[in-house]
Amino acid sequence: MKAHTLQVLVENKAGVLSRVAGLFSRRGFNIESLTVGTCEEPGMSRMTIVVLGDDAEVEQVKKQLNKLIDVIKVSDITERSTVDRELALIKVAADAGDSRAEVMQIASIFRAQIIDVGTRSVILEVTGDTEKIDALETLLRQYGIKEFVRTGKIALLRGSKGAKAQK
Amino acid sequence: MKTGARILLEGLQREGAETIFGYPGGSVLPIYDELYDSEIRHILVRHEQAAAHAADGYARASGRVGVCLATSGPGACNLVTGIATAYMDSVPMVAITGQVPTSMLGNDAFQESDITGITMPITKHNYLVKHAADLPQVVRDAFYIAGTGRQGPVLIDIPKDVMTTQLEEVPPVGTARLRGYQPTYEGHTLQIEKAVGLIAEAARPVLYVGGGVIAAGASEEVARLAELMLIPITTTLMGLGAIPCDHPLSLGMIGMHGTEAANYAVTECDLLIAVGVRFDDRVTGKIEAFAPNARVIHIDIDPAEIGKNKPVDVPIVGDAKSVLQRILHRLAKKEGRDGWLDRIHRWKEAAAGGAESDVLGPAYILAEMSDLLGENGIIVTEVGQNQMWAAQHYCFRRPRTWISSGGLGTMGYGFPAAIGAHFARPDETVVDVAGDGSFQMNIQELGTVAQYHIPVKVVILNNMYLGMVRQWQELFYDRRYSYTELPPVDFVGIARAYGVDGMRVEEKADVRAALTAAFESDGPFVLDFRIEREANVFPMVPAGAAINEMIGRRQR
Repeated sequence: MKAHTLQVLVENKAGVLSRVAGLFSRRGFNIESLTVGTCEEPGMSRMTIVVLGDDAEVEQVKKQLNKLIDVIKVSDITERSTVDRELALIKVAADAGDSRAEVMQIASIFRAQIIDVGTRSVILEVTGDTEKIDALETLLRQYGIKEFVRTGKIALLRGSKGAKAQK
Repeated sequence: MKTGARILLEGLQREGAETIFGYPGGSVLPIYDELYDSEIRHILVRHEQAAAHAADGYARASGRVGVCLATSGPGACNLVTGIATAYMDSVPMVAITGQVPTSMLGNDAFQESDITGITMPITKHNYLVKHAADLPQVVRDAFYIAGTGRQGPVLIDIPKDVMTTQLEEVPPVGTARLRGYQPTYEGHTLQIEKAVGLIAEAARPVLYVGGGVIAAGASEEVARLAELMLIPITTTLMGLGAIPCDHPLSLGMIGMHGTEAANYAVTECDLLIAVGVRFDDRVTGKIEAFAPNARVIHIDIDPAEIGKNKPVDVPIVGDAKSVLQRILHRLAKKEGRDGWLDRIHRWKEAAAGGAESDVLGPAYILAEMSDLLGENGIIVTEVGQNQMWAAQHYCFRRPRTWISSGGLGTMGYGFPAAIGAHFARPDETVVDVAGDGSFQMNIQELGTVAQYHIPVKVVILNNMYLGMVRQWQELFYDRRYSYTELPPVDFVGIARAYGVDGMRVEEKADVRAALTAAFESDGPFVLDFRIEREANVFPMVPAGAAINEMIGRRQR
């Protein structure tokens, strides 16, 4: 099992997300993360889907996605040179004292912003690739993570090549 | 000024729909009002499921897109089995449903159901139309999607207020505009050349052809390839009729109830040329032991089918007809293939024969039917033993003369599908081969055939069992016939109550006369054959076994 990153251009229409999500559940494919939003093409949205599976499974995922009428293009960018980012918000227990200072120090090493300070906790905002966010989460766990939310991965191909609309 | 309902019907006419099958209800009243004086012929069925199956039978018999119509909520939900049946067998169909008004959508209004949500996994695509101005293009696109590429059902859900909206100006209809849908018809030249190389070199090739060949109208090309290169052909259940059953190179059907010759030949072949098939489990049995020593060429219009179940050496995505034509252009005639064809001949010989019994059995009835109808006739079936016996014992000679629910295996399919087939091909004798179980799943359609005097003939192979399940219980569950016995039913009496002719047959000697009477009658006819109760469908490959591990012998 390996994580594959798919970039999927879809029609920006009602029901598209449910068609894609339904396909994954119906055929037993595992979604690690899925993000969707509008993109540079009017009337289209771009999804970044991280799917777990062996090569044959992911090949079938791509083919089945392509069969959806509202899917315009599917690109597997796993093996290609990409920039990818996730954003996470982490609420960490941090009483005024040593632990708060330590959390703030870790945040600064990870270039995370502190965007809220409470009496007993702080909220960190961090962007980076999946590994960086995983590492930060591991480090903060000892202080007590109260709430943790992440956006899922988004990715673009490096350079001027792109996964544009032509199939 | 035109209403949405009028715009819809004009769209249907533009797409060539001259007959549709439906059932009215509250949310489709505006459409029915327009139908009242439309040129479109509407056939009133007795249950919406039958409307979907009739549209499906119409599509399979004609190759054109079938159309069905139902109201919102229960009407739409009753279409679901019919839509799923069409989806599994790649049948072009457009299903139109009424919906509650847009202002009430999502409010659990009376007779509301989220039919686009429900049918998402069983349609090729579906639409909820919220503006009357979108209707012309949606209808155009729906027919285009249903009838091209790998065909399938498309559903259009129309809220009642959209049907009654008055438009001053109807937007013009363009060609189908679908940037996310461009089927591949032309096979890849390099792959075609590879296929040609393998076909020219093969010592023991087999052609394995299915419903895709019927859909593509590629039967002639299949026969030409077989004859040019001396390649024996087996068809799937869906491919029956692609090659005449009595063609010297025909092996018969492959799979769970296939012939010995077909199953042995595929197991021993060194090249499998798969055309318009999907390596279904009922065909392959244990997939690791399916054509274990063969290179595989797979030609299919749907890229997702290639390599889905079995690894393929030469994948060719494209239309079966054009791909086969291009392969044929590049091949030189093969002069002899004695060893391989001799072995196949011996398998065929070994399976032939067998004693005839005096009791009334299904094989005899179907053989007599085949003999009487000859080149004519369209055979539609229900699902179960009746279906397998018809597949085994009737000699199919032309494409689109075999109509059966293969993928979904829908009991109750045959009778309404036969009604649809009649409207597609009114010149043909249409026969529904049924079991007593299946016939009772849509028996209410006797009302439809009576009302329109539709000359569909129902041949019930009545064993007072749910026969196929009983067979499995006999073979694999120690004869514990759990809930598979059905009490006798007076089918002739039921038919007569609807005003339909019928006859019960209990003796072998009466079979021919009864069939003749039914076929010569100009109206619907129900034949209730009381057959040997525990006759089985043989040969049979037990579930999970390799296809050359067959049990039982075909009966006569």
